[in-house]
Amino acid sequence: MSELGLVYALLGAALAVLLAGAGSSIGVGIAGQAASGVVTEDPGKFAKVLIMQLLPGTQGIYGLLVGFITLSKIGLLGGTPVALDPKTGLLILAACLPIGVVGLISGKSQGQTSAAAIGIIAKKPDQFGKAMLFPAMVETYAILALLISILAVNAIPV
Amino acid sequence: MAILQMQRFSICAMKKNRKAILEELQSLGVMEVNTANLEESGLNKMNTTEARQKFEKNSTLADHALEILDEYSPQKKSMFSSLAGKELVEKSKYEAVVSGQAELVKTANQLLSLKKKLSENKASIVKKETQIEALAPWMNLDVPLSFSGTEKVAVIIGSIGGEVTLDEIYQNLAKEDPELEAFDIQCISKDKDQICIAAVCIRSEAARLEEALRTTGFARPALSTRREPAAVKKELEQEIADLQGEIKQIEEKIISYAPKREELEILSDYYRMRAQKYEVLGDLPQSRQTFVLSGYIPARQAQALKDHLTEKFDLVVDIEDLKEEEEPPILLKNNKVAGSVEGVLSSYGLPQISEFDPSSIMAVFYIFFFGLMLSDAAYGILVFAGCAIALKKFPRMEESMQKTLRMFMYCGLSTLFWGLMFGGFFGDAIAVVSRVFFGHEIVLKPLWFEPLSNPMKLLIFCMLFGVIHLFTGLGIKGYLCIRDKKYLDFFCDVVLWYCFLIGLILMLLPSQIFVSMSQMNIVFPAWANTLAKALTIIGALGLLLMSGRDNKNPALRLALGAYDIYNVTGWLSDVLSYSRLLALGLATGVIASVINKMGSMMGGGIIGAIVFIIVFIIGHIFNMAINLLGAYVHTNRLQFVEFFGKFYEGGGRPFQPFKSKTKYVDIKEETSL
Repeated sequence: MSELGLVYALLGAALAVLLAGAGSSIGVGIAGQAASGVVTEDPGKFAKVLIMQLLPGTQGIYGLLVGFITLSKIGLLGGTPVALDPKTGLLILAACLPIGVVGLISGKSQGQTSAAAIGIIAKKPDQFGKAMLFPAMVETYAILALLISILAVNAIPV
Repeated sequence: MAILQMQRFSICAMKKNRKAILEELQSLGVMEVNTANLEESGLNKMNTTEARQKFEKNSTLADHALEILDEYSPQKKSMFSSLAGKELVEKSKYEAVVSGQAELVKTANQLLSLKKKLSENKASIVKKETQIEALAPWMNLDVPLSFSGTEKVAVIIGSIGGEVTLDEIYQNLAKEDPELEAFDIQCISKDKDQICIAAVCIRSEAARLEEALRTTGFARPALSTRREPAAVKKELEQEIADLQGEIKQIEEKIISYAPKREELEILSDYYRMRAQKYEVLGDLPQSRQTFVLSGYIPARQAQALKDHLTEKFDLVVDIEDLKEEEEPPILLKNNKVAGSVEGVLSSYGLPQISEFDPSSIMAVFYIFFFGLMLSDAAYGILVFAGCAIALKKFPRMEESMQKTLRMFMYCGLSTLFWGLMFGGFFGDAIAVVSRVFFGHEIVLKPLWFEPLSNPMKLLIFCMLFGVIHLFTGLGIKGYLCIRDKKYLDFFCDVVLWYCFLIGLILMLLPSQIFVSMSQMNIVFPAWANTLAKALTIIGALGLLLMSGRDNKNPALRLALGAYDIYNVTGWLSDVLSYSRLLALGLATGVIASVINKMGSMMGGGIIGAIVFIIVFIIGHIFNMAINLLGAYVHTNRLQFVEFFGKFYEGGGRPFQPFKSKTKYVDIKEETSL
């Protein structure tokens, strides 16, 4: 019975990393396509569009973060897993969901916004500061989700 | 910390001096030419388009020549050469280039024609290689491809597509024309696409044989040679070798021009500057003998420029204050710390003349928040040292670059500070290394507390910092209202909001929800609770009644007031937005410890140490880069959206003085104000 709790908790960690990572890879992919187009025309803008491409990559890192905190909480990293009852396991699973789901969706949207912002850089490279702001707006919600996930995982007594 | 006061500086002088005066102004670079006020003077302007285009063309010519030089004799450039800034060139050298400009233009043209010849040769090599390829199936033929036979005997040379054998050809021919007998077919070469053959027959039967062959898919070769294919191939190969030799010679010749690089750079910039001068020249109204020039200059330099010019030339200078309706360009003047964030500020938009230069206040918060988001002592040291070394090593770096690097240098210091507060040095590297490799654990004790063990506490503090930041923004708005003597606006838009928000916060602090969040039980005395309620009610009522004060219709006025109170949700989301300070700070620390953990998985010992070092270096470079980016983006966001949203509009036009805008070199000027 105690094994099942661990399964749930690990599922949570996996979902956080998996969904958020998938969101980021979609987002970085979308932005990368736009960035490649700009660099074909003007290789000098490489650094600027690279930064733009990286912006949707943070969701994956947030997912990793929550996944890591969860793993270390349930003791899987130290080699001696804690005995979890299924209820606690499910609690941890629930705590991991915000960053997973929001990471997936916001990663994709941020990628699209980044691609559009790369369009700004292609035409007006001096507007870099403003262009960077639009993708950062989307990221706010990933950060809020991350915050709740961290706070929740931390608060669950094991 | 201020927007510099501008004045209008007008010059009237003799036309014969105009180029000298313009050159003087260009090299001083303190004045922005703006002749909008002289539109209706009734004077003519000179058309300089043609001359300007000529200079621009020459400048591009030199640019192209330099590109060619770079292609064949690349300059060794270090990774940091973009930081080094433009080279400083002595005036004498510059003048030498200017006097030898005709010769240099010739050099540039020579480079261009060499390059053209090079491309032509390369193209003709490709053409010849294609020919050789087409000849390949015919190598065994020992007569020319155009050979048609002797007097009595005809030779038909060609190919049949598809995979056919010689036997099949004979069979097909027998079927097509059974009467043909005296002929012989030789296979020259054969592959899976075609068979190349030479058919020999009596001349009188040649036409019939060819006809019969054609029905089986025979075709004459596309190319014809007057000599045997093998000889032709040899000839072509010789030609290619010659061309390649020639290419090598041309390349060497191009490389031999490499010492001219610097002169070509100066030349390009010389024409660029002249084009700029002529652009201004074309803007100046002039009469037969005189011309007028007008523009903006920072007030503190106006008198100096006047003295300088009147000493050198015969002219009349008029300095006047700006008219109300004029929109002068914006130039900021700040000390080193505040000036460092000017780059970030201008990427949002410079302040308008009626606004307030927020650089210095912004700099404090910017550096503070940046450090809080990165919050790792080691990263802080690295960022600080990297920027400080670059600033020291490249003193001639472009000014905007210098400012940005200086900003990151200060941010590095702040990162170091917060890293020590939270006990982060490459995450938990000290603890991990001492435990795995030296057996006993040494922990870098945080000066304040460890965020991961008490995230709620840090969250509360982040929001507190946020409230301070936002209230500062609102305060600046209040200051602007008072400065502009809009006392009613100051009271309604600023004081009432302060009342309302402070009241709300004071009401929130002792409440149950705050206690459960922060585990801090704050108990106010009764009078404070009453004060909180009073402030909230006064603020809310005031806003309800006053926010829509521009509207005469009382119902609409109340509705607008109610809507303005609803903006309190905006304040709430603004404050919550500062939770990113916590989230990003945690991200740095946690990923750093993931890296340390991964590195230490091989345990102690030599191999463990090697693996640890590799993982450590790669991992921490990655983590630092990604978190630097995150901290930069989100600090910007907090400034632009939350802080500027309270008081700042931006959209000022940057001051663009008439000066030498060069691409490669800076010329050392002897004149200065």
